[in-house]
Amino acid sequence: MEITEKNIKMWSIIGPRATVGLAALDLAKNIKNLMVLTCDVSTSAGLDRYRKTFPEKYLDLGIAEQNMIGVAAGLASENFKVITTTFAPFQTMRCCEQIKVNLGYMKQKVCMIGIASGLVLGNLGYTHCCIEDIGILRSIPNLTIISPADSLETVKAIESALNHNQSVYIRITGSANNPMVYKKDYSFEIGKSLTMKEGEDVVIFSSGSMVSESIEASTQLEKENIKCKVVNVHTIKPINSKEIINHIKNKKLILTVEEHNIIGGLGSAISEIISSIEIKAKLVRLGINDQYDKGGSYNYLKDKNGLNFKKIVYDILKNLNVK
Amino acid sequence: MTKIKNYNSKDIQKFLLNVKKNILDMAFYAGASSSHFGGALSIAEIVSFLFSYQMKIDRNNPLWEDRDRFILSKGHACLAYYSALCEVGYLTKDELKTFEKDKSNLLGHPVINRKIGIEFSNGSLGMGLSLGIGVALASRLNKKNYNVYVVVGDGECNEGAVWEAAMAAPNINLENLYVIIDKNNFQQTGSNKNIMNVDDLKEKWSSFGWHTSSIDGHNFDDMFKCFKNIKNIKKPKAILANTIKGKGFSFSENNNDWHHSVLSKTYYEKGLAELSKN
Repeated sequence: MEITEKNIKMWSIIGPRATVGLAALDLAKNIKNLMVLTCDVSTSAGLDRYRKTFPEKYLDLGIAEQNMIGVAAGLASENFKVITTTFAPFQTMRCCEQIKVNLGYMKQKVCMIGIASGLVLGNLGYTHCCIEDIGILRSIPNLTIISPADSLETVKAIESALNHNQSVYIRITGSANNPMVYKKDYSFEIGKSLTMKEGEDVVIFSSGSMVSESIEASTQLEKENIKCKVVNVHTIKPINSKEIINHIKNKKLILTVEEHNIIGGLGSAISEIISSIEIKAKLVRLGINDQYDKGGSYNYLKDKNGLNFKKIVYDILKNLNVK
Repeated sequence: MTKIKNYNSKDIQKFLLNVKKNILDMAFYAGASSSHFGGALSIAEIVSFLFSYQMKIDRNNPLWEDRDRFILSKGHACLAYYSALCEVGYLTKDELKTFEKDKSNLLGHPVINRKIGIEFSNGSLGMGLSLGIGVALASRLNKKNYNVYVVVGDGECNEGAVWEAAMAAPNINLENLYVIIDKNNFQQTGSNKNIMNVDDLKEKWSSFGWHTSSIDGHNFDDMFKCFKNIKNIKKPKAILANTIKGKGFSFSENNNDWHHSVLSKTYYEKGLAELSKN
């Protein structure tokens, strides 16, 4: 896709979910054997224009996600490049065993896009939230998991996923008017985390919607003369242990921040790495505290679960014994 | 190409006898690890008909891109599948002896390995037809003319995912997709009626939009007529094959103890003796 400042702004305004549809529309122009499969969510995934423009490269399988993954695997086995997309809980958990057998065990290559993951649909209740997807999929071999930090990274993740050597799950968090973590083009590579801010005292590992909050927290802490490094761990699996270990060297405190259950996600992945090395720094994991609480708006739920820069600042100060 | 141009049930019968001998041998080699004997025997004729007559395959090239695709959705019946792959030349008799052994290519459920004719990994029930839809659609999109044959079990039809796929195929107008339902009336722990009554499967598949036929799943002439009659029907095609679980051996026919059992030396020899009378 043409990455211009104007486009980046536009993608940010429409949000990562609608950007998925635009990315597909652009990719279909050049990829002859692309197929986009959905489960009655074309509007929600921003695919209305795609559906009309490329009807021969589009298949709506109705509200039947298990079948969608099987059909996707069948097409992939005949060398099609396949994108599947629906709401994150149905893209991951409803068809979990199909993902295990067809994509993990059999290694058929599919790019799955879980839209509206995390808490963004909190006013619809936890049936439509998704705080478990990373944890569940991380235990399936031969899957890559990407959690893009903004709309631009969503575009880059989809493009990269179609050329990747295994199936990829792209976890879409955030809403319309999504913060722009990246304001101009940059180099994105699956498995290679990106340092957003340098800092010597603390390191914050974050992904998805929490990258922008972590950057803001780091900026706020500069006022207190605390230097926070912020790392965008967009690829949660396979996680780059070497990079993570380098980032935590000589830090007083390590934080992980994610719009996901604190069990199974980025925080768990980082703690698995840390458990194999000797370090003095404490690890603080921020996320949803393993509960289905009362529902509500996205902002309400983020605040309720401490998923904002204020809570990150508070936790860092508290753990450094500054407050 | 191996396709026998002229239909001759005697040729298929010979193929079947070898398949059955292979099934007996593999079940015996499996020893104490057991094998799904009954469900393999209910599809022995179906698999023999498909691999020796109906399907376009190249005996010298299992990867031939225009080949018809075979998917054993009821993957536990793989003894019949492996036996047929041996008879078309994709596996040797020695390889059959590795069934369920350490590092084998031939486990108790098929593991994808297209060099030996195994199209997909199957065994978790209810998944094969969805794969078949993807492959049949790929045939159409790529302007190929291969067919896709998926064998599902009647017990397998308990799985909701079967019906997701059953609903989708007619919507996509997949004329090159055949599903053969092995209606042996049993599932793992008892009869369909006692465990989960699947009732009138013909009516069910028909109501989902499939062209539906019934055949005697052990009769080659019946199969030949059915495939010939439905060839040009512009719908996905479901064939309800009425079968007998454990077919062909007096001790196993309609005896669900043979769903997953050890074939002892006594029964192996009894099986060989019964086979020699054919």
